[in-house]
Formats: sequence, C-alpha cells, structure tokens
Amino acid sequence: MDSVVQLQRQLVDYTVQLFNEGFLDDQFNQLQQLQDESNPDFVVEVVTLFFEDSERLLDELAKALEQQSVDYTKIDAHVHQLKGSSSSIGAQRVQKVCIGFRNFCEERNIEGCQKCLHQVKREYSLVKTKLETLFKLERKVLAAGGSIPWPM
Amino acid sequence: MESCNCIEPQWPAEELLMKYQYISDFFIALAYFSIPLELIYFVKKSAVFPYRWVLVQFGAFIVLCGATHLISLWTFNMHSRTVAVVMTTAKVLTAAVSCATALMLVHIIPDLLSVKTRELFLKNKAAELDREMGLIRTQEETGRHVRMLTHEIRSTLDRHTILKTTLVELGRTLALEECALWMPTRTGLELQLSYTLRQQNPVGYTVPIQLPVINQVFSSNHALKISPNSPVARLRPLSGKYMPGEVVAVRVPLLHLSNFQINDWPELSTRRYALMVLMLPSDSARQWHVHELELVEVVADQETELTPEQRLMVETILKSSNLLATLINDVLDLSKLEDGSLRLDLGSFNLHTVFREVLNLIKPITSVKKLPVTLNLAPDLPVYAIGDEKRLMQTILNVAGNAVKFSKEGSISITAFVANSESLRDSRAPGFFPVLSDDHFYLRVQVKDAGQGINPQDIPKLFTKFVHNQALATRNSSGSGLGLAICKRFVNLMEGHFWIESEGLGKGCMAIFIVKLGIPEKTSESKNPFLPKANHGQTAFPGLKVLVLDENGVSRMATKGLLVQLGCDVTTVSSRDECLHVVSQDHKVVCIDVCMPDGFEAAARLHEKFTKNHERPLIVALTGNTDKVTKENCMRVGMDGVILKPFSVDKMRSVLSDLLEHRVLFEAM
Repeated sequence: MDSVVQLQRQLVDYTVQLFNEGFLDDQFNQLQQLQDESNPDFVVEVVTLFFEDSERLLDELAKALEQQSVDYTKIDAHVHQLKGSSSSIGAQRVQKVCIGFRNFCEERNIEGCQKCLHQVKREYSLVKTKLETLFKLERKVLAAGGSIPWPM
Repeated sequence: MESCNCIEPQWPAEELLMKYQYISDFFIALAYFSIPLELIYFVKKSAVFPYRWVLVQFGAFIVLCGATHLISLWTFNMHSRTVAVVMTTAKVLTAAVSCATALMLVHIIPDLLSVKTRELFLKNKAAELDREMGLIRTQEETGRHVRMLTHEIRSTLDRHTILKTTLVELGRTLALEECALWMPTRTGLELQLSYTLRQQNPVGYTVPIQLPVINQVFSSNHALKISPNSPVARLRPLSGKYMPGEVVAVRVPLLHLSNFQINDWPELSTRRYALMVLMLPSDSARQWHVHELELVEVVADQETELTPEQRLMVETILKSSNLLATLINDVLDLSKLEDGSLRLDLGSFNLHTVFREVLNLIKPITSVKKLPVTLNLAPDLPVYAIGDEKRLMQTILNVAGNAVKFSKEGSISITAFVANSESLRDSRAPGFFPVLSDDHFYLRVQVKDAGQGINPQDIPKLFTKFVHNQALATRNSSGSGLGLAICKRFVNLMEGHFWIESEGLGKGCMAIFIVKLGIPEKTSESKNPFLPKANHGQTAFPGLKVLVLDENGVSRMATKGLLVQLGCDVTTVSSRDECLHVVSQDHKVVCIDVCMPDGFEAAARLHEKFTKNHERPLIVALTGNTDKVTKENCMRVGMDGVILKPFSVDKMRSVLSDLLEHRVLFEAM
C-alpha cells in the first residue's frame, strides 16, 4: 500500500511541476474531467492523436520552409492547425510559440519562421517527453492497484 | 472851496468820463448781483458744502457792494437827500459786512486748505495699498504655482519629466536667466550637465563630483548661494557687461524606481543626488529673497523619505497592480455584457477575504484623503460562498471607490450582512422578489459616505451608461461613466438588486446592493491545485443529438469528449460537405469551428438546407476570437450562439441549456 501512496504522490508532484513550468495549462484539466469509467482512456487517446497530428504538421512545415519560393499561406494554415491542437489539449508553451510563428508568417520573415520552427519542434518534443512520462507514472499507479488522484 | 453834491459838477466838460463811469457802475452792479445767484445755484446742487452761512455772509457782502454801485448811478446827477441817505446806509452796511467777511475768511481758508491736504494724504495711502495688493497677489500666485507644480511632480513617476518640469516651472516663476540640472553619471564619480533651460543642446560638460562646492550643497537640503565663477555655474559665456546675477544651487534627491523590489527598500545611505543650479538675470540688482530660496528647496526636495505607512501603501499598490489590471480588463470587455453572453464564473471563494482585499486596495487613497474607513462584517456572515468572486469584488470595489472619490471629508463605512426577509422586503425595488432557500443566501452590502451626495431626482440617471452627472463630475473625472451601469448589470446577473439613497447634495449617500450567493457544502472544499470537481454524474442533455464540424482532429476529439460527458449523442465530421451530407432533422445542435475556412459557409448552407425555422438545428460557433469581425460574421450567417475556445464543460452546459431554453420558448409562442 505504501508504494501506491508514494507513486500517487510522485504523480501529483510531477503534474504540479508541469503546470508550474507552463508546459500544461487549465485546458488539460478540462480534458481530465472528461475521462471516466465509460471513457477511461480519453486523455491518452486525445494526446496520442495530438502527437500524430503535430508530427505530421511539423514535417509539412519543414518541407514547406525548404522550398525555393515559400508559400506563406500554407505555412500559416499548418501553424494555425498546430496552434488549435495544442490549445485543445493545453500544451501552453507550444501554443505560445505558434502565435509568434504566425506573426512571422504575416511578415513573411523567412528567418523568423525558421527560428520559430526550431523552437516549436523543441517545445513539442519537450512536452511529448513530459506527457509520456506522466502517462507512464499513471500506468504504474494503476498497476499497483491504486487510482489516479484526479477528480474523475 | 467846498464841493457840494447838489451843485453842478466841477468839470462840465467831462461828459465822456461820466458816461463811462456810469456804464461801469451799472455793469459792476449787475455782476455783483449775479454772483450770489450763481453761488446759490451751485451750492444748492452740491450736497456737501459745509459753510453755508459763509455763503450768506458773502452773498450779503456782494449784494451790498452791488447795491452801492447801483445807487451811485443816481449820484452823478442831481439827486435828492433820500438818495444820499440810502447811499450812505448802503455804504455803511457794505463796510460792516465786508469787514466781517474779511475777518471770517481768516478762519475759513486754513480749513479749506487742510481739506486739500487730507485729500492728498488719502490718495497716497490708496496708491500704497494698491502696491501691497499687487505684491500679495503675486505671492499667492507663486504659491499656487508651486502647489500645482508639486502636485504634478507627485503624480508622475517619470524621473525625466519630473526634473524637466521642475526646471521649466522654476525658471518661469522666478524669472531666472538660466536654470540647469547636473545628473550623476553611471560611475557616480562625475556630474554631467543634462538639461538647461535656455540652451538647446547642452554639450556634455562634466565636473568631478568631489568638488568642495558640490559637497557643500549635497550635505544640506537648503538652497545655497554659490559663486557665479564656480564650474557648475559657468554655463554660458558672460553675456552681461557687468555683474552676473546671483547663483543658487540645491540638491535634488533621486530615487531609483527602476530598481524597485518589494521587500528590498533602497538604503538611504546610498542616496544619489542631482544638482540644480539657478541663476538670476545678470546686470540686474535682483537678489535672492528668502521666500524664493524656500520655494526652491521645497520644489527640489520632492522625493522625501517615505514614512513606514507610505512604504506599506506603495507595496500594496505594487502587489495588487496585477489584480487591478485583470479587473480592468474584464470591465472593459463590454462586448460580452452587451450581447448578454456574459456568464458568471461561479466558484467557491472566501467572502471575508474579498472585503478585506477591497479595503486594502482603497486604503492608500483614503489615507491620503484622511477619510476613515470601517468595515463591518456581520458575525453570521458565512466565510465561504459560491458565486462569481471576481465580479463581486469588482462591484464592491467600484461602489467603495465611488464613495471615496466623491467624499472630501467624513468617514466611509462598508457593512455586509446576511439579508433576512425583512431587509429584503425593504429593498425599495418594485419587481424584486427574492426567494429564500436552503442552499442560497442573500448578501446585503451597504456603503455609506458623508460626501457630496446626490440630488434624489438624479439618482435614476446614475445607472445610465456614459452619462456623467454634471454636479458630480470633478475636474479630473476620467472614466467613461460605465462603472455603475456595469455593477448594476453584475448585480442583476447575481439575481439581486442595486440602488442608491441620498438625502440631497452635501448630505452624503448610501449605496446598497443585495446579491444571491450559494452556500457551499462542507464536503467540497478541497485544497488541491486542480479544479474542484463538479458533479458530472448527472447528464445534462441525455440523448441530445449533436453534430460537430471541425477540421482539427485533436480539437474535434476534445469537443466530442466534452459533449459525450454531457450525455449527448455526438457525430463528428471534418469537412463542410460531409457535414451537409450527414446532417439531418434529428440533429438538434451543430457545433462549427469557425476558425476553419469553410466554417461560415457551412452555417450558411445549413440555413439554406433547412428552410423552416423549427426544423433547423441550432448552430453554435466555436471560436478563439471575441473580436467584432468574428462576431459580425457569426450574426450575419445566422449563428444561434457562440462559444469561446478554450471552453469548459460548465460553459458548454450553460450555453446549450440557454440555447435549448430559448428554442423551447420560441416554440411555445
């Protein structure tokens, strides 16, 4: 029983840390609230979809920026999508970079765009790692027989 | 040989002489008779002649003289004894009167002369008083100028503006030839000339800070006279041929507001000073007066040591600036209020803390204005309540702020208690029917002040947007006149009532509002950083068929999950065509993400597809912008509702329930 409590505490601490560091915001809480017995893997499903979506978008973005004549409209559309997805799951830092990215697109600033792409890739991989760790912790807690200490 | 008047004249040949004498005598008589007439006429006109009896005497004297001359007309020829007698009488009388007059004049003339002297004396006195008045007036104006200047200085925190303004105003007030400011450089070892009044671009002169004259000035807070030849005063080539005007220097303490940290007050020992040098016009005999020096000292020493009270106040201001900024942003979001889409953010909060925070926020101003403020919370007032904490605080803050703004003196009291049925009925609100129940209570807040008061007839106008009551508008009234209208709106949203009572101008006023707040259950107080869980067990809309149109897979899934949580039966589509293909009469609601390019078009097509209103599903726009363009587009294509992303379960629930209600009402009609 002790280990369950410890694992739970670990999970809570880790989550609080993610919030404090700005990786996640309130929207993530909203998603957690939607998970219940009838829908036990809701959050994981949404986040997985987010990962797939974002990776696809990041590839597209990299390709588009390498073109000879850059199509800023297309880039803007991709970034808009990425911004939408990240805000839906509460990936705050990714969302913030996207906002700056869109500004550079409007200005047609190629260097700014490339810088933002780097940034967004970095933030994305950071948040992906963090979320994967989070889910691993959750699975551990469940495996040890405990329940996730979230309002569910 | 004795001459006899009754015999022929002695010189029979002097007819001419006789004739002239005759004529002259006649005219003399005429003149003599007319002079008293003139005198009487003019004296009658003047009211203040003090010597009337002198006039009588004078008049008599003249009349008699005239008579004498008149009578002598008859003596040129043969005349009877009667004439001679009359003539003699007249002459005797004349003699008597004229002697009396001569004697009397001796008394009168000095008197008359002294009147003139007194008049001259009074005139001089009046001229002197005029001069003194002029002096007093200039002093008063200078004083007023200084007060205005210090007020302006205190109200700005920009160091450069402060110092520049100081120089300009001092130069103007004291009619200085030159006014210069030397600021310490970064290293602190030199003073650099940073601003002068008359010269356009002061070249960067620097002087070492360790000069004896500078040390002398920095060591006291008085304005000291310095030599015009000292390095800080030699600012321009000597313009006058003679003496340069007297020069005075004073220190100006500098407070580094940029290095401000809340708990780390800058030490007084590391105070830095700037040097202000003031020069009187050269070639003039003007000298520095004591009151001018005092003026300079007062103006230069604006940033005096803060007392512990002031320190606390500044800390409070800094700490709560964030809170204020959020409050202000909310209040300005009128668009939400206007279209009625404002929803209260209900949550559990500490009611007592709200009042204390409001008190802390208004304390700085009330201390400065010396208005005692008391807060009375009834002992039975619940500590925790359920309601919109932010908006309740805004309302209380606005009302208390108004009380402070419109009071020059007197105390302000804020009272809060639970309203029982009696005080509810006493609410003077026709149409306010409070319903008491177990899980709600009515909070009654009264803010009483002893300030300007309001004419009872003007009270209804107070709640009108953008209307400033002329009697209440102060000189510096900034603010768009929205405050009370917004507060009333908030109070209405909280199912309450807001009114103001005043007995009239100058009799203060009392603002009262009653709002409905929920009583939290004991169990749901949680301290964990996540949201307190609301009971999702109940499904709000069992089986409601909803169609979600969103291009973005992730947000589509999130929206679906949310609606499923509310018990809806959700279908998702990712393109406009798919949406039109799938939609049917069974779908009651269609949620469309309008950030996607086809969003609005999809809505328009839906309208086309369902021509009859009652068959058409409700269309809800999901958007991340509240700007006007988006709103207008939504209106244009006929959206029934708008939800802001990111949205929560509660928001979705309330929007859907409102929408469905309206639809129901619509059909019932």
